Amino acid sequence: MGAIITLSILGIILLYFGLYNAKKALLPTALIGLLVAIGFYVSQWNTVPDPIFNGMVVFDHLAISFSILCIVITGLILLLSKEYFRTMSEHIAEYYTLILFSLVGALLVNCYHNFAMLFIGIEIMSVALYILVGIRKNDLASNEASMKYFLMGAFSTGFLLFGITLMYGASGTFDLVGLRNYVNGVSAVSPLFYGGILLMLCGLCFKIGAAPFHFWTPDVYDGAPILITSFMSTVVKIACFVGFLRLFSTVLVPLDGFWTPVLLTIVVITLFTGNITALMQSSFKRMMAYSSISHAGYMLFAIVAVSVSSGSSMLVYASAYSLASVIAFGALILVKRRTGSDNFESFNGLAKRDPWLALVLSIAMFSLAGIPLTAGFMGKFMMFNQAMGAFNVTLLVLAAINAAIGVYYYLHVVVNMYFKAPAAQEEKGLEISANYKVVLTIAALLTIVLGVYPDVILSFL
Amino acid sequence: MDNLFILLLLPVIGALVLSFAKDAKTAKMLALLIALLEFGLTLPFLYQFIPDASIQFEQQFLWIASLGLSFHIGLDGISLPLVLLTNGLMPLIVLTSFGKSFKGSFYALVSFMQFGLLLVFVALDAFSFYIGWEAALIPIYFICALWGDGDRININLKFFVYTFFGSLLMLVALVFLYNQSAEKSLEWAALASLDLDEGTQRWLFWAFFIAFAIKIPVFPFHTWQPNTYTHAPAGGTMLLAGVMLKMGVYGLIRWLMPIAPFGVMAYGQIVMVLCVIGIVYASIIAFKQKDAKRLIAYSSIAHLGLITAGVFSWNLEGLQGSIIQMVNHGLSVVGLFFIIDLIQDRTGTRLIADWGGYAAKAPRLAWLFLLLIMGAIGLPLTNGFIGEFLLLKGIFDYGVWYAVFGGLTLIFGAVYMLRFYKKAMLGPLPEGAEQSSFEDVHGYELVVLLVIGFFVLFLGVWPRAILELSEASVVNLLNQIKF
Repeated sequence: MGAIITLSILGIILLYFGLYNAKKALLPTALIGLLVAIGFYVSQWNTVPDPIFNGMVVFDHLAISFSILCIVITGLILLLSKEYFRTMSEHIAEYYTLILFSLVGALLVNCYHNFAMLFIGIEIMSVALYILVGIRKNDLASNEASMKYFLMGAFSTGFLLFGITLMYGASGTFDLVGLRNYVNGVSAVSPLFYGGILLMLCGLCFKIGAAPFHFWTPDVYDGAPILITSFMSTVVKIACFVGFLRLFSTVLVPLDGFWTPVLLTIVVITLFTGNITALMQSSFKRMMAYSSISHAGYMLFAIVAVSVSSGSSMLVYASAYSLASVIAFGALILVKRRTGSDNFESFNGLAKRDPWLALVLSIAMFSLAGIPLTAGFMGKFMMFNQAMGAFNVTLLVLAAINAAIGVYYYLHVVVNMYFKAPAAQEEKGLEISANYKVVLTIAALLTIVLGVYPDVILSFL
Repeated sequence: MDNLFILLLLPVIGALVLSFAKDAKTAKMLALLIALLEFGLTLPFLYQFIPDASIQFEQQFLWIASLGLSFHIGLDGISLPLVLLTNGLMPLIVLTSFGKSFKGSFYALVSFMQFGLLLVFVALDAFSFYIGWEAALIPIYFICALWGDGDRININLKFFVYTFFGSLLMLVALVFLYNQSAEKSLEWAALASLDLDEGTQRWLFWAFFIAFAIKIPVFPFHTWQPNTYTHAPAGGTMLLAGVMLKMGVYGLIRWLMPIAPFGVMAYGQIVMVLCVIGIVYASIIAFKQKDAKRLIAYSSIAHLGLITAGVFSWNLEGLQGSIIQMVNHGLSVVGLFFIIDLIQDRTGTRLIADWGGYAAKAPRLAWLFLLLIMGAIGLPLTNGFIGEFLLLKGIFDYGVWYAVFGGLTLIFGAVYMLRFYKKAMLGPLPEGAEQSSFEDVHGYELVVLLVIGFFVLFLGVWPRAILELSEASVVNLLNQIKF
């Protein structure tokens, strides 16, 4: 809990920094705050994970490990933001504050033990994001994205709330353990409860951008500022997945005969929709948006085939995906700064001018494509394994076909960087500031380390 | 110095070091040094290897504890010849590039690929095998697409996606097998002793076979191969043809046969037919080729068809023949592609029609080229003879007609290879080339060709050098898996 309180206070402090024009101190303070929060989580590792605050939140290993992952990724994104926000607006303190508030929401979702906390967490996370997405006030695309995101988000929250209500109506409790006791205790679960499951499923699928509830993702991801997109597609998504997993693994396992077919259909549709649409994109950013849909499909394997190892599979996959996304969006910021476009063509000939940038981006792409010796492969292997443990080989074959499609469009970027000549005869490389170099290098190294020896994080869960 | 792990690690370290070598001259000297060092490290294994059926120099580390996966490596008589081939060819392949100026990154990729290839050959658990399998693909893709010619981007995209698709099929099969084994393991020993029902083995067979067949390539999965070989840089072609495609054949022997014997029993005949079709088809197409590299590419499909047929005949002669022929084929294609590259550098063309009469100007080249051609068509006292003899004997025991049609490769091979030689080296010089100079091979070129030529003769006279290594392991494998 210390971490959540620290970060909430930190957000407010940063607002005051903005007020008193202490812009230089923003980033260091934010980073120190994040480190303190990680410290709080680490110190909680060995305590007994009992629900606290009347069963509102629980800090078990699942919550702690994913929370640390969220904080680390936020830290990397904040490091990338140093110059990025400055070019967009005078009031940069708002960005830091809003991102931190959104992070607080994500951390709450990670550790909820009561539907009230799930709802509050998701709302804190989303409300901050509605603003962040539309923060480029004069940009039409950004406004549109914000509007879309807000309407869709509000809509899906409605589903979620309605689902919670129905489940409450059937069981008389918001508490996860209470709900589990209800499911295990009664001989026939009330039809209201089933309706609740379906509505919650819809609401959560909206949040993670799974098909057929994915229509907002491409436009919102495309319209939002790149760094916000990277925050949304990593931290926010991870948190929603943890919420999803926690609900299904603690409460709904006994009812899997009911929801498995539904979720399985969603998984398959998500995989194919994401991948096939990503294949047709000419913009790198949109490709990443659609590919994030397909990655949601892979991550859903951990939930649809829920077992004791679901958490660790998801942790590896989420880490791999987030690290690669940070690299991809970071590289896109640098490239876009020069060419002004986020099409694949703007990556042409990057390897000649900036071999380092091309290398780290290639590592990220290989990781997203799931090629061995990168973290993405380990994640995919564990997810495939998860699916195989519960279902037959057909699902696995479908997943493999999707992985093959994925390779094609991820390779597109690599091909453009290494094998195509640059459009303009610019000899100079990009000006890459030190913090970009550090962040992207760290992310790439972590990708390789996780790919070679995933036990570094697996031993935790 | 018989630590297999160090043998695997050196190319990775080499790749890291080489990627920092900016200057082309330093890069190639460094690359040669690393490749020679690696070869030197291989020799103790050869001396200390006891030619029995056991797995030697074993090492095992726990890798992913929560999944119970370990990193398990070791050598037996089937993998040792291929490890020798890989590490023996590598210094030669590096040497062949001495006439050109490649950056350090080229050699880094070559060195990294060596790691992948070695891991494939020494892996005793399927997880490490798969990692090596893929780790070999990435560097060769970059080598071919960065330094190739022609429509290199699309050709290599096809190559990559095609082979990656095959690998994914194998990955599906591996994940399935992992969940089948009682103790959740991907160890070779555990997978080989799985008792799977017939229906399962049937689809497992195809999942593995297609992955391997794309790599080898077996007809009709070969469509990526001629273009990729033709438009890759010479070094890349040598890596592809000399070593990489042996991964597929090795995979058949090591993984497919023990895991899915029922599948092999059910579909072995289909594969034999595909191999024979491939042999005849590729040989006929090889006749018509105008581009020298394409000609060798198609002849390679024919040769590998015979080797694969030898594996599927599943008897001592067939398997022994396929193992020694893999080594032979590696030696001869590296030599032949090098000679083509030499002539291309001197004349600026790869079209056979524009060549001719170089024997008069370059007698050393003419003799060595002739020796390699003889080896490739399997003349007695050259290495190809014993390999093809054993293969045909094995296939004959499997079925007479397969041997009859498979044997056509010898006749076809002799015809198109000798025609190729005649066109290139004999007859009149091409028009306008009478005055121009055509240097004979010298320096590093001569060294490479002499080394290869020596082994062509050595293995022709003393094939037991290889056969003795593998015999016990092959017999053991045959006793283990009977159809």
